[in-house]
Amino acid sequence: MLGLAILLGYEFIGYIARHFLGIPLPANVIGLILLAISLFCGWVKLEWIEKSADFLLKHFMIFFAPTIVGTIAFFARIGDEWVAISLSMVGSAIAVLLLTGWSTSWFAGKEETK
Amino acid sequence: MTQLKELYNQPLFGIALTVLFYVAAQRLNLRWRWLHPLFVTAGGMMVFLLLCDIPYESYKVGGDVITFFLGPATVALAVPLYKSAQVMKGKIRAIVAGVIVGSVCGLVSVAFLMMSLDATRDTLLSMLPKSTTSPIAIELARQLGGTPELGGVFAVLTGLFGSMFGPAILHSARIRGNIAIGTAIGTSSHGIGTARLLRDSEVQGGISGFAMGLTSVITPILCIPIYWLI
Repeated sequence: MLGLAILLGYEFIGYIARHFLGIPLPANVIGLILLAISLFCGWVKLEWIEKSADFLLKHFMIFFAPTIVGTIAFFARIGDEWVAISLSMVGSAIAVLLLTGWSTSWFAGKEETK
Repeated sequence: MTQLKELYNQPLFGIALTVLFYVAAQRLNLRWRWLHPLFVTAGGMMVFLLLCDIPYESYKVGGDVITFFLGPATVALAVPLYKSAQVMKGKIRAIVAGVIVGSVCGLVSVAFLMMSLDATRDTLLSMLPKSTTSPIAIELARQLGGTPELGGVFAVLTGLFGSMFGPAILHSARIRGNIAIGTAIGTSSHGIGTARLLRDSEVQGGISGFAMGLTSVITPILCIPIYWLI
């Protein structure tokens, strides 16, 4: 439970940073960045959060399920344009995957040989 | 009939249904590895709701409770990120460069494909931020002048596609290594793709989470020149 409290606490800090400091990132992404920094600096010990984090991450997929079910409401809106939409979405996703993969390998390789 | 309606307007209905379908999907996935658990969970529930004629709004009451935990789960990505620090050491510049290349490619390829397929302007603008996490895609779609909710839908569907087919596509293109795989999945399909990688490799999942966070920071910056163009 301590782990969950820490995770929720960091998300809450992210929420405050978003709303009161105007940082244009979602609260959970700000929380992720801040928790990573805290781990590297030793402010938060891995043992405190590891169990809760492992449980949540093991079942990460379930948390997206309701949002995907929610796309049901947009099927009518997508309806008339579905060919253009699916071709572009799939085409662009494949392009991003391949280009990112190749360029990252290339940059990583170049650094290695230095 | 009214009693039934009261039953599924309770949060318990949406929560129980989601957990039930998820557990079933996990089981099926053990047997048939290619069956993607998230696809089975969400697709199964869609069919169930349609067949039983249950309105999405009723499901959403409980569904929102499940979605709430996406928050702490995303924060928890700091753990695999921290653990893969050793692997990422000295490769940070390569990852950042890969994320920038991928994010530019995402914006340009959507614009190019949607224009050549004669899509409407509103749909095109809503799809531009599709590789970012859905809250960012919703916000960017709004700022670009598209439909915010549609932006969220495209982000989620792109994530699902990358989660289902991303690892196989990378494999067939001979893209190997934790760094390249993690960066490619995180950049193209944010949290949903990251969830897929975490099932097999904590290191790849950690790198993917890092790339996802970076994409969320870089894409809004890359969108600034688009405001000048439109």
